Amino acid sequence: METPVININKNKTVPARPARAEGNFYRKSTNKIGPGMNARIQKLRKESFEAEPTLSIERALIETRFYKENYGKYSIPVLRALNFLEICKKKTIYIGDGELIVGERGPKPKSVPTFPELTCHSVEDFHVLNTREMQRYTISQDDIGIYEKEVIPYWEGKTQRERIFGHVPKEWKAAYEAGIFTEFMEQRAPGHTALDGKIYKKGMLDFKKEIAEQIEKLDFLNDPEATDKSEQLKAMGISCDAVILFAERHADLAEEMANQEKDKKRTEELNGLARVCRRVPAHAPQNFWEAIQMYWFVHLGTITELNGWDAMNPGHFDQHLAPFYEKEIKAGNLTRDDAKELLSCFWIKVNNHPAPPKVGITARESGTYNDFTNINIGGLKPDGSDGTSEVSYIMLEIIEELHLLQPGNSVHISARTPDRFLMASCNVIRQGHGYPSVFNPDIYIQEMLQQGKTLDDAREGGCSGCIEVGAFGKEAYLLTGYLNVPKILEITLNKGIDPLTGKKAGIETGDPKDFKSYDELYNAFLKQLNFMVNQKILVSNYIDRMFAKYAPAPFLSVVIEDCITKGKDYYDGGPRYNTNYIQCTGLGTVTDSLSVLKKHVFEEKNISMANLLNAVAKNYEHEEELRQFILNNTPFYGNDDDYADGIAIGVYNDLLAAIDGKPNIKGGKYHLNMLSTTCHVYFGKVMGASPNGRLAHKSISDGTSPSHGCDVNGPTSVIRSLVKLDQTKSGGTLLNQRFMPGLLKHEEDLVKLGKLIRSYFTLGGHHIQFNIVDTATLYAAQKNPEDYKDLLVRMAGYSDYFNDMNADLQQEVIDRTENESF
Amino acid sequence: MSTSLIFDIKHYAINDGPGIRLTVFFKGCPLSCKWCHNPESISPHAQKSYTASKCIGSQKCVGICPNNALVLTENGIVTDIGACRLCGKCAEACPTKAIEMSGSPMTVEEIMGIIEKETLFFDQSGGGVTFSGGEPLMHPHLLLKLLKECGRKGIHRVVDTTLFTKQAIVMEVASNTDLFLIDIKHMDSTKHKEFTGVHNELILGNISKTANTDVGIIFRIPLIKGVNADLDNIEKTAKFIKNLPGKTRSIQLLPYHDVAIGKHAKMGNTVELEGMETPTKEEIENVISVFDRYGIQASVN
Repeated sequence: METPVININKNKTVPARPARAEGNFYRKSTNKIGPGMNARIQKLRKESFEAEPTLSIERALIETRFYKENYGKYSIPVLRALNFLEICKKKTIYIGDGELIVGERGPKPKSVPTFPELTCHSVEDFHVLNTREMQRYTISQDDIGIYEKEVIPYWEGKTQRERIFGHVPKEWKAAYEAGIFTEFMEQRAPGHTALDGKIYKKGMLDFKKEIAEQIEKLDFLNDPEATDKSEQLKAMGISCDAVILFAERHADLAEEMANQEKDKKRTEELNGLARVCRRVPAHAPQNFWEAIQMYWFVHLGTITELNGWDAMNPGHFDQHLAPFYEKEIKAGNLTRDDAKELLSCFWIKVNNHPAPPKVGITARESGTYNDFTNINIGGLKPDGSDGTSEVSYIMLEIIEELHLLQPGNSVHISARTPDRFLMASCNVIRQGHGYPSVFNPDIYIQEMLQQGKTLDDAREGGCSGCIEVGAFGKEAYLLTGYLNVPKILEITLNKGIDPLTGKKAGIETGDPKDFKSYDELYNAFLKQLNFMVNQKILVSNYIDRMFAKYAPAPFLSVVIEDCITKGKDYYDGGPRYNTNYIQCTGLGTVTDSLSVLKKHVFEEKNISMANLLNAVAKNYEHEEELRQFILNNTPFYGNDDDYADGIAIGVYNDLLAAIDGKPNIKGGKYHLNMLSTTCHVYFGKVMGASPNGRLAHKSISDGTSPSHGCDVNGPTSVIRSLVKLDQTKSGGTLLNQRFMPGLLKHEEDLVKLGKLIRSYFTLGGHHIQFNIVDTATLYAAQKNPEDYKDLLVRMAGYSDYFNDMNADLQQEVIDRTENESF
Repeated sequence: MSTSLIFDIKHYAINDGPGIRLTVFFKGCPLSCKWCHNPESISPHAQKSYTASKCIGSQKCVGICPNNALVLTENGIVTDIGACRLCGKCAEACPTKAIEMSGSPMTVEEIMGIIEKETLFFDQSGGGVTFSGGEPLMHPHLLLKLLKECGRKGIHRVVDTTLFTKQAIVMEVASNTDLFLIDIKHMDSTKHKEFTGVHNELILGNISKTANTDVGIIFRIPLIKGVNADLDNIEKTAKFIKNLPGKTRSIQLLPYHDVAIGKHAKMGNTVELEGMETPTKEEIENVISVFDRYGIQASVN
């Protein structure tokens, strides 16, 4: 019988705030100022939400002029630090009306600088960015002209991107062009990091003291690296001065504005702001306001110095802020609303910073404005106790009330996390903004221990960007690129040739029609896989060296543990831990394809290899019957079916064997994680049809999720399939579960969702995220985009505006299994 | 080995009792309620279902049928019911699963195997297994074995039933069950017969007997305007529940929706659901307030 929920308490059947209520994304807010806790926050949110992303050439001009004059005069680290200082000295300072947290990377909100030392945009790139349909960044004709005259000629042949592409082996290039892997560092610098709590205990002047002490200790007689270390440390010291100067300039402007301000309250605020900016980041913060502003200056410093991936992450921000909050609340210097307002201002600040746009082909293809700052909420403290505090709950409220694209956020649910925090999180999940995603500290701490971190460092760690784990404040954990695992099977089935182009993309591993057994086929796939992983690592190691040599990050090095004591840069093995990740994508697609081959071709012999390959090559044209037979008669991953799940375990373990533990050149190791972000869409595009019935160019499966629509036994079966993988051996897995609002109508349903999460985590899951949207809403949003401007959808490790996605991504969201009908 | 026909097993069933549950649907029901949401559950025999929209016209089924019972028409596959022996070969051959057999024989061991895979979810959420149907009490032999096995393993047991069976069976099931979800369709026996095919005396009698045992009870009323939603019937229902021995039980109201029409079509049946309507919000409120007056908590999905 189809029956309704049991309502234990009838007064609680209607959620306190139904999903379509006022202030939520479903509602058009054209005539209203919009969501937010009070008038100030509503105004700032609206301004941030409505600001058009633009490109600013200011940073590029300052940098190019500086390089022209100074290149060759200093060591590279010192040159980089002086360049950073020059930018902090000359860039436009912005303080918006009503702002309490200040500082912009560009001259105004959503104005994005370029980083020609990494990748130099061409005139054509700018035209594309100016006019493309999605994720547009506007730039004036005048600015393009100046860029063309001043910036482009200087950087020609000197960018990191050119250094990389000028030096890759042809095998790498062939695989890269076939879409077998991507390379993160061709567009941006390594970053992927988050901070621990040190910047709340030490100011830049304290760091400078430590740096000076280290220089003092250098042994120029016996240490062959002493000179390099000395230059690196000097550079770090200069970069500390740069951010102090940057803050002082904000203080100056705030005072100037205060002098002209007529409104008494705002005058006081501006004077207060000036005091905050004089205090931090030079000194350690003393109160809640200063603590937030401290982080924000450090954040801005790192994303101005270079364009590192994932911007910057504050790590366990609630845990860092809680002591300030509790102290001030107790002393009566701060109210809960004050704290919430300040944090809301911070949230809006992050939203003001869209990701810098890419260059080349990817400029046309777009991606997202999201720059992947991810706030970790809850979790465990370094001493292993529960990390939730009142600040955690305030953050959840802000996420619900502001529903901004950025910052991303995640809740961390350990066995020690109280149920009331889990339920508060589920309540926000139900609102359908796609946030927060849910992580399991009990597993990711084990992941980090397994990678060799100490228990305390592992507990202080968490997840940044999408789902990748790292020891916050102590580790460089670089994502190097995605690996298209189903494509590796595709070229294995085509004797090393990419069937889409006819070009050689890998090695010749035999004609599949001659394979006598499944093992023979699988071994050929493994041979191809290992070849690709080695290609990837070969070039990653080279790139690592190029960043260490030409684009060090002295300021980032100041705030990451052990760089100062080692006298080494963040990119050069300075941090305590140094990890390179390779992100493996498409586990579901490759498993299901192998399942078809194993079962039908080799075991039951009801499809011949020749027929299957022929149908796949034709994209199943006139072969719908075969395709349907495959789709309906093959065990697929994600249904708690040991046949398919066994194949998934095998692939996962073999990916581990191919990647995990290989040395990088910074004294650390390569590890794998199972992240896809949106790359599974691109990877699908560069593939023909696959043996699992997937049609050509359709996206492959994301993260460790089942293939779209192939999980037909509901979420408990999906979970049971996923926990068969030993997730602790990865640096993160990703499970997307689409939930329709109908599954979460009652309070009791919410409790069940919470318990589903607890179950997954008890069984060893790393991460789960939910999209609570109904298909009708999505179709309506496609038809009338302007009515759904606020529709946030969780993609893979982050959320994006549905309207900002291209048609492929939109379709992908719609196609994901709808749990309401299972 | 003894088996029963199971027509579905639903995972993450969140509407069939407390916590996260696994619901096992037995095939076969002594009642034939006109509004039944699961018409495929009524017949105690395996049945063939056909979803025209999934059919790609491969005619695999036509070729394989040993009795030549199938033919492809403009409207898809049509089965000659007189010739069909329900052997299931067509369903096996169908590449798209447009033809499926509803109901497969399963043993206690097979069902327990599926149940036990999910125990962690039950433990975490205070959930368990729900036996539903059809009418699970039509399969007392297998059901009791399952209930006892679950009891032995500490798995919470819900039985979703009409109680239309011999009292002895009801009592034995009750002593091996944690919670009954009992349907009350109508208090007037003649009306009950009209809409469900059977009189209600046996059901009401069994409810009274069950109320004397330790088993937990939640009543469920499919609320259908034109059938049983009138306040007179509701008043009688409330009185009946109020006068039962033991503590006061709560009620879940299941407002009627005509979702069954499509399901009937799949089974090759046409149905008449005239005169049955979804009660309005206000009418539901009125029903709730009647129960309220009797001190009975009623809630709606």
